[in-house]
Amino acid sequence: MDVNIDKYLRQDKMPHIWCPGCGHGTVLGSFVRAFDQSGLDQEKTVVISGIGCSGRASGYLNFDTLHVTHGRALTFATGVKMANPELNVIVMTGDGDGAAIGGNHLIHSSRRNIDITVVLFNNNIYGMTGGQFSPMTPTGDTATTSPYGNIDQNFDLCELAKSSGATFVGRGASYQPRKMIKLIKEGLLHKGFAFIETLTQCPVNYGKRNMIGGARDMLKWQDEHLVPDKKYEKMDPEEREGLISTGVLYQVSKEEYTDKYQQVINNVMAGESNE
Amino acid sequence: MARKGKVKIARPDWCKVCGICIEVCPVEVLELGNTRIQVAHLENCIGCENCELSCPDFVLKVVEDDE
Amino acid sequence: MSKAKTLLLQGDEAVVEGGMAAGADFFAGYPITPASEIAEGFAEQLPANGGKFIQMEDEIAGMGCIVGASLAGAKAITATSGPGFSLKQENLGFAIMVEAPCVVVNVQRVGPSTGLPTSPSQGDIMQAKWGTHGDHPIIALSPSSVSETFDLTVTAFNLAEKYRIPVILLLDEIVGHMREKITIPPADELEIVNRKKPKPEDKDNFYPYEETEDLIPPMPDYGTGFKYHSTGLFHDKTGFPRGKTEDAKKLMDRLMGKINNNLDDIIHLEDDLNGDEDVVVLAYGSTVRSAISAVNQVREEGIKAGWVKLKTIWPFADDYVRKLAEKVDRIIVPELNMGQLIGEVERVAAGKAEVTGINRYDGTLITPADVVAEIKGAL
Ligand SMILES: Cc1ncc(C[n+]2csc(CCOP(=O)(O)OP(=O)(O)O)c2C)c(N)n1
Ligand code: SF4
Ligand code: SF4
Ligand code: SF4
Ligand SMILES: [Mg+2]
Repeated sequence: MDVNIDKYLRQDKMPHIWCPGCGHGTVLGSFVRAFDQSGLDQEKTVVISGIGCSGRASGYLNFDTLHVTHGRALTFATGVKMANPELNVIVMTGDGDGAAIGGNHLIHSSRRNIDITVVLFNNNIYGMTGGQFSPMTPTGDTATTSPYGNIDQNFDLCELAKSSGATFVGRGASYQPRKMIKLIKEGLLHKGFAFIETLTQCPVNYGKRNMIGGARDMLKWQDEHLVPDKKYEKMDPEEREGLISTGVLYQVSKEEYTDKYQQVINNVMAGESNE
Repeated sequence: MARKGKVKIARPDWCKVCGICIEVCPVEVLELGNTRIQVAHLENCIGCENCELSCPDFVLKVVEDDE
Repeated sequence: MSKAKTLLLQGDEAVVEGGMAAGADFFAGYPITPASEIAEGFAEQLPANGGKFIQMEDEIAGMGCIVGASLAGAKAITATSGPGFSLKQENLGFAIMVEAPCVVVNVQRVGPSTGLPTSPSQGDIMQAKWGTHGDHPIIALSPSSVSETFDLTVTAFNLAEKYRIPVILLLDEIVGHMREKITIPPADELEIVNRKKPKPEDKDNFYPYEETEDLIPPMPDYGTGFKYHSTGLFHDKTGFPRGKTEDAKKLMDRLMGKINNNLDDIIHLEDDLNGDEDVVVLAYGSTVRSAISAVNQVREEGIKAGWVKLKTIWPFADDYVRKLAEKVDRIIVPELNMGQLIGEVERVAAGKAEVTGINRYDGTLITPADVVAEIKGAL
């Protein structure tokens, strides 16, 4: 591709710690390409991540970066964005980090429609801690903490973000890096809360345990199960069974949180000087 | 999106021999060596960039033929 | 230009006035009795002065939010009480690790758990020191009156900025809710400290966690081109973890050192001693008032008594108390808990003076009469 992604990567920290075939690297690659295409200012951008394999993403990115506590990246991001709305604020999180321990922050950041872009690395498992089930592990799957099969229901995170008030919602996948780049770029340029779920493979702690196989088999699995959103919309419920839609799933334009707060400041300050 | 060009192993040391690049290549170009990826049939490469964009480890890059 | 103004305020309101005077421009938090008035005050005052207020979904979020704001360049504060203070602990430790200046107010109520929400307590003294896991430095201040609340809020911000550390301001429900007249000095008479920032030309050779001579590395605002990394993992001067044990020791020693090398600047206390005391009452927070009143009373009866008021709780005034213990027979420590700071006094006194406590942990106050009785019993 005709871009120089090197300046967005901290070359001296590479190669990264992720396992061979881990999809997190593909998401990271899509992110830097998307960032390059977005035209946003690298020096005015802060990337904040939580804890997990996905949480390590911020350390490889050449921006102001903050690697925080498990699940709380959005709370720090909210502080950064509120304190200086000129900054582009990006959160990188995992399915455990963002949907379990940090689930409440995802709901409330969506509700505020604050201008933050979230890239959630969904590998359907707690990768870093060795393969316990997450809120995104499908019912029936095996994990170290569900040796007899997972009885929990998993989330549809995109639906969750949408119904909580996010104004941009999309799903990408490591098997479709081109689409993922475009999706992340659009999310970065969206004004308001942008939630992007990326499906990424954890061959070590999910694929092998659930008979899908290694990285290549997991990508084949994606190939067989991904459907573009436009097509998915036209399918009847039976047809949709087991399939996953990708693309921009939802986008509306609504007043953004820090803009609204600035309006409060302007009004209050104008009121005071009129006294 | 593809430009005129062919695949190059830009950062051989970063390769983790996962085979993803081979999975996404529409033709036969790449082969797994013991410790890193190898270009076996450069002549087949159509410069589609699938491998470059999919490689989780930033190893591959499609470059102009004369580069 | 600016003039002193006299106001009738609650302690909680004095936190807001003190914060605004210190240059606070960011508050994030979650409502809780008896600290809600602080959030309400900042919600009103901050936007009127160009600052920002945000009510978060819980106290964990409030703590994360002020640390984010601090790294972006804000002077940030949050306020809570026991249950919320418990929730803040993990991110408080993170703030210590990444050295983000901020102020955390805890208007103490009786715990554990929901406890007695509207009754005073000093039950979180040890939590302020040890609430977040692992060894770590912390600064905690505790005012005994409304006007001292104003002063110590300014001090809390100044120490946070100077030493790049979260500073805990421990009120109790009495100080938080009592009304007193206070005089707020004109802005130009207040000493305001702001964090040291690196120069733009230092960008190329910048180490965000460098061991500078004063052990306090300069701190750039986000978005100013330094593109640096911070993490809760042990890290070296670059800000990145290397997984080396020597980095852990080096960082811990620097974090502790930047506080321990400056105890004279950080430890604030007042005393009223004539040098011939048999017994001294050492108090902090609202119990100081009963201590002073009791000492004044017994002095009239000819008893050689004095008082010490600790304004800085952590780091503990080891040297001062050690010397005190060498001079007096007995130190009385009144506390609205089952005896927390008294352990520090005993540790430092090391048997040189007898140390006794007066303890209330049922939401009622320690009266001057309680202290008088203890002083007399002590003679
Ligand atoms: C408060 C807290 N609880 C638990 C942990 C342990 N922990 C670290 S990472 C992790 C799960 C991460 O899973 P996910 O967010 O899906 O990221 P992945 O590793 O799969 O990318 C857990 C439970 C922690 N670090 N902090
Ligand atoms: S454990 Fe799974 S998620 Fe973590 S690096 Fe390995 S493959 Fe990736
Ligand atoms: S995808 Fe990348 S890391 Fe994997 S084998 Fe190919 S070149 Fe190596
Ligand atoms: S550029 Fe396309 S054709 Fe060439 S090696 Fe890569 S995937 Fe195969
Ligand atoms: Mg995961």
